Amino acid sequence: MEFVIAFAIGVLGASGVWLILRPRTYQVVMGLALLSYGVNLFIFGMGRLRVNAPPVLPGEDAIDPAAFTDPLPQALVLTAIVISFATTALFLVVLIASRGLTGTDHVDGREGER
Amino acid sequence: MFDTLLLWPVILPLAGAALAAALHAFPAVQRQVALTTMVLTFGASLFLVDAVMEGAILTKAFGGWMPPFGIVFVADRFSAAMVVISSLLALCALVFAMGDLRQRQVRSGFYPLFLGLMIGVNGAFLTGDIFNLYVWFEVMLIATLGLITLDRTRAQIDGAIKYAVLNLFSTILFLMAVGLLYGATGTLNMADLAVVLPQTEPSAALTLTAMMFLLAFGIKAGFFPMFFWLPASYHTASIIVSAVFAGLLTKVGVYALFRVFTLLFEVDNGTLKPLIAVIAAGTMLFGVFGAAIQWDVRRILSFHIISQIGYIMLGLAVATPLALAGAVFYIIHHIVVKANLFFVAGAIHRATGSFDLRKSGGLMKASPLLAVLFAIPALSLAGIPPLSGFWAKFMVVDASFQGEAAWLAAVALFVGLLTIFSMSKIWIEAFWKEHPRAVRARPVPAVMLVPIAALGIITLAIGFNPEPLVAFSNLAAESMGDRTQLIGAFYGGEHTAGVTP
Repeated sequence: MEFVIAFAIGVLGASGVWLILRPRTYQVVMGLALLSYGVNLFIFGMGRLRVNAPPVLPGEDAIDPAAFTDPLPQALVLTAIVISFATTALFLVVLIASRGLTGTDHVDGREGER
Repeated sequence: MFDTLLLWPVILPLAGAALAAALHAFPAVQRQVALTTMVLTFGASLFLVDAVMEGAILTKAFGGWMPPFGIVFVADRFSAAMVVISSLLALCALVFAMGDLRQRQVRSGFYPLFLGLMIGVNGAFLTGDIFNLYVWFEVMLIATLGLITLDRTRAQIDGAIKYAVLNLFSTILFLMAVGLLYGATGTLNMADLAVVLPQTEPSAALTLTAMMFLLAFGIKAGFFPMFFWLPASYHTASIIVSAVFAGLLTKVGVYALFRVFTLLFEVDNGTLKPLIAVIAAGTMLFGVFGAAIQWDVRRILSFHIISQIGYIMLGLAVATPLALAGAVFYIIHHIVVKANLFFVAGAIHRATGSFDLRKSGGLMKASPLLAVLFAIPALSLAGIPPLSGFWAKFMVVDASFQGEAAWLAAVALFVGLLTIFSMSKIWIEAFWKEHPRAVRARPVPAVMLVPIAALGIITLAIGFNPEPLVAFSNLAAESMGDRTQLIGAFYGGEHTAGVTP
């Protein structure tokens, strides 16, 4: 399982970086989104990967921490997802405004020389 | 009251932003709301600095969850001073905005966004939790993106894209570093990290974390070689926005860097010190060289932000208590002076109709008062005694000589010379030279001159009487460099035994 997660993070990170370096705004925003997915998975993995262990601790009784997975990374990932959703949406608005004002989806607002 | 002192600098702008957004249809009321909010925030920050002046470190844990489990706010002298100076700057910017802001910009949401920026800035200065810092950075990013594109022109959208991509990338890096840090230590509270990290085995993960923090905050702060977004975006925004960005945004990155590299990681050991030294020297040199070939006042000043960030980094590179004190002094001096120069650029634009130095001139005769008001921050930036910049430069250069980094001191002095060159270029072109088209300069409204004069007076006051601020910087650097103080504020002393400062 560790290998699959690590591989997924690697693929997301690599394709994200490649897309950020592309000249089209849509590619850049997809690249940023992929990168933040990669980081979210990464944070998730930092809480150690556990199968069949709930993150929510039940009420008053004394519990065995070994039976539960770390809930904090999940909370962090949730926060990060919400924030990156908001920033991506906002960034898309800027990109659409740029497309409307310049008539091109090049990041520089004009086509480069070919 | 005393218990909640820490929260007011964040809560007040938050309430003000909500109120201003709700009153979107009434620009005049929005302005009153914004001004009142910032006056109150400034007052609250003065209470805060008064409370920490004696060396106490205020803490506030949210929801009753004690650290390291809950999110906490912390204020020591350094963060309280940053809150005071940024609130003061925001207040000056709002007064300046009374003369410069256009109706269209108010309708684009200037006031709610501006107050939103202040939420993020004050939150970032006060938080004691590293993941929470990420949240404040994002709050700032969202507000700044709105502020840059206030006029919705092509240039501004272009600047905003560059700003957003690089800053989103840096927050992603920051987030990854936070995740790695959590994986290595199992905590995110800064005081708890300061306890845990010295007991953790040095590992590749921790080195990588330190490098990623350096890179992420470096992009935010505008270091060599990651500063390119700054001169590409700052000059496109309207001048009030540029002034506040110039004063505050890069400084938040610098502040975060100082916190991380005094509290969590040591600059002194290993390869970090020469690396930061090279970054500092590169930032100083490339910033000032970039400024030398520009003709737009705003572009010249944007490049100078970068060069000055290099001086502040010099303090971190040397990392002695004296150097840190110099850096604290430098940050405070730089926020005041740089924002003031942008305000002056706005006044030049108002008087001559252009930001391009080649198309302006004749201000010496037309507006001698403005000439004097420009001369104060300009000479201070270049480090001419007895203005505040002289003492700031003197402290960091003196520290680098004592810290056996004489080559850094030499670079700093050389860059100081080139700064004078840039400032005299603005002086000669905008003030001495006749106006190329013999147009009469328009008068600058008093509300624009008042904040320039107020910041100029602060510069003079620091310059002629530097002793209180030097003493304060020394104390702030001492409590920043001594991690046992912060840890003691949380755990009441029993945890501090095993920690070496």
